[in-house]
Amino acid sequence: MNLYRLTALTVKELLSYLRDPKSRITLIGPPLMQLLVFSFAATLEVKNVDVALLDRDHGAWSEELTARVRASSFVDELLPVDGPDELRELIDTGRVLMALELPDDFSRNLIAGRPAQVQVILDGRRANAGQIALRYLSDIADRMNRDLTFELGTIRGAPAFGGGVPPPEVAVRHWFNPNLVYRWFIVPGLVGILAMLLALLVTGLSIARERELGTFDQLLVSPVTPLEIVVGKTVPALIVGTVMGNLMIVAGVFALRVPFTGSLWLLELSLVLFIFSVVGIGLMLSSICKTQQQAILGVFSIMVPVILISGFATPLENMPTWLQIVAQASPLKHFLIIVQGTFLRAQPVSDVLANAWPLAVIAACTLTLANLIVQRRLQ
Amino acid sequence: MKLRRLLALVRKESLQIVRDPSSILIAFVLPTILLFLFAYAVSLDVQDVRLGVVLENDGAAARELAAEFAATRYFDVLPVRDRREVEGLVVAQKLRAVVVIPQDFDRRLAAGSRPAVQVLTDGSQPNTASFIAGYAEGVVATWFESRKRERAAIGPTATGPTVALQPRFWFNPEVESRRFLVPGSIAIVMTTIGTLLTALVMAREWERGTMEALFSTPSSILEILLGKLLPYFGLGMLATLGCGLLAVTVFDVPLRGSWGALLALSAAFLVPALGQGLLISALARNQFIAAQVAVFSGFLPAFLLSGFLFEIESMPPLIRALTYLIPARYFVTGLQTVFAAGDVWAQLGPNMLAMLAVGAGFFAITARKTRKSLDR
Repeated sequence: MNLYRLTALTVKELLSYLRDPKSRITLIGPPLMQLLVFSFAATLEVKNVDVALLDRDHGAWSEELTARVRASSFVDELLPVDGPDELRELIDTGRVLMALELPDDFSRNLIAGRPAQVQVILDGRRANAGQIALRYLSDIADRMNRDLTFELGTIRGAPAFGGGVPPPEVAVRHWFNPNLVYRWFIVPGLVGILAMLLALLVTGLSIARERELGTFDQLLVSPVTPLEIVVGKTVPALIVGTVMGNLMIVAGVFALRVPFTGSLWLLELSLVLFIFSVVGIGLMLSSICKTQQQAILGVFSIMVPVILISGFATPLENMPTWLQIVAQASPLKHFLIIVQGTFLRAQPVSDVLANAWPLAVIAACTLTLANLIVQRRLQ
Repeated sequence: MKLRRLLALVRKESLQIVRDPSSILIAFVLPTILLFLFAYAVSLDVQDVRLGVVLENDGAAARELAAEFAATRYFDVLPVRDRREVEGLVVAQKLRAVVVIPQDFDRRLAAGSRPAVQVLTDGSQPNTASFIAGYAEGVVATWFESRKRERAAIGPTATGPTVALQPRFWFNPEVESRRFLVPGSIAIVMTTIGTLLTALVMAREWERGTMEALFSTPSSILEILLGKLLPYFGLGMLATLGCGLLAVTVFDVPLRGSWGALLALSAAFLVPALGQGLLISALARNQFIAAQVAVFSGFLPAFLLSGFLFEIESMPPLIRALTYLIPARYFVTGLQTVFAAGDVWAQLGPNMLAMLAVGAGFFAITARKTRKSLDR
């Protein structure tokens, strides 16, 4: 290996994506913009919900419940309807997420000391939001029940319902993110995903582009050795990946105000290992592909499943066991644990290393394989 | 416009699609994997949450409550001896949350003063954390209620004046996330084919200079563009058909609406999707840039801003306004309706019109940009 040739190759490779102002901008701009947009867009809170109301009772207590629902912060508009047809239409067209139907004996039952039913109809197409909204609604019902027991239960002279012991207090504390700000969860994850996407795209294209444009043959007749070519493709991608990763970490901490509690050095170490393992995958792909189009679509076909099984969008423990085992081979899965851990959970050294060594193993495997494949292709 | 020239162009492009393994990969292999993952692997339904229970008290009531937690179907309960062990386990994500039943629990309960149960969650996973908090409160309240009833020796039916919610999820009674994730993922597949693939193919023609070569042939611009777009339109429709069949037959997601409505919806979506791909390629004229832009402006928004995973109504107003420009937004809603609810034209119609309008916008901008740059 000749350091001079290696430097020349690296500079050439870097220039191929940084020379042209358009590609310079598309390399740096979109990831940062997406980090900003998505970190505000992705939220699992449910807000501004429209609710349909079919009140057949119009009694004091149905008015009370209605008023409480209208006043709660997750509801935007409460739309009174006259009949089941109108209610069905509002749900069918997706105009409302939820509909309440109060039967005509609602107030009567409560005054008589009996339970009163409320039909809650939710849009199953948005079952996720529906479940969260239902949770908010049960809170409202619980609070109302407490007041009801107090106001009606004692009047009826039923001590079992009224007086006596209140239920145990449940004191909830959310560690690491006391107000459950979703952005704090999503930003570290996006840093990992966007850095991976960039590194994969840059390396995936590297050899395929040269082959499509015919410059690869020129490289072959030049004095560089195959190993130098591999290293010359790895280093620039590593530089792009880590620099962009760091830019996004800085944006996350300073612009998006996500707390950073762990060790920056450990995160940097893991980021480098992570990018190495991704670069290995990208190089393998690139050496197999004949055209840039194949490389880009290949990158894509790898990215999507890897993101889905990484635990970013859905918790890992929801996956079947065999898939959790497959996910162990995904560098993103390990890196996500580290990046989320060092941002929020002040992850101790031992925990970081426990997830960093699989990254190192994956990196070693993918880079070795990439090297073998490229070498074979060169002969 | 001459039909023969158009057909020749369509045939050329179709052959190119069929001969390139990568377009088959993106149109048929990736969708299958995606649908499979959404149907069986990835699920938003919370289950098997690892919950630690610290029992600091050996009393009967405390043990009863702990058993109540172990009996729920959502939790995987692990007994923890000491609350000092807990934090380390949560940091290491061995546990998602811990319930602490304190030492004085039984004593306070017997004395009639209000005992406290502590719930400590891993807030770095906000979704799971808020679920656990809400569910834990429910477990405690239910347990307490049934105990009170036992004590007072009243029947389980007599509950006093309470508001009883009877939730029913229409279209999805079992509340399975795949019922909406599988239809939604068709939008992701179609965005990939319509926008990413088209942007790449056209950018390659620009990059290699073959676009100008095509322009110098007797074919008109319209013929060239149609000749390019029609095959991808066909590929997209085939992919929808494939995804729909897979969803219904293999992944057990019923199609309540009609195939006609599903195909009409997909056809309407392909207009803005292809338009966006065309616009990107005309602006970028370079495959790397086109890919970057297509992923960041087409694919990721289809995933994150379309209402597929995150509720649009909960987003900040500015971003909510932005989603109106994202065709996938209308498509995801439409797909979920066709699959789960049926042919609700009152909702599908406006969605299709909106997609066509966005598509018309993309084509109009492309037309202006293309004419300008050819003059240059």
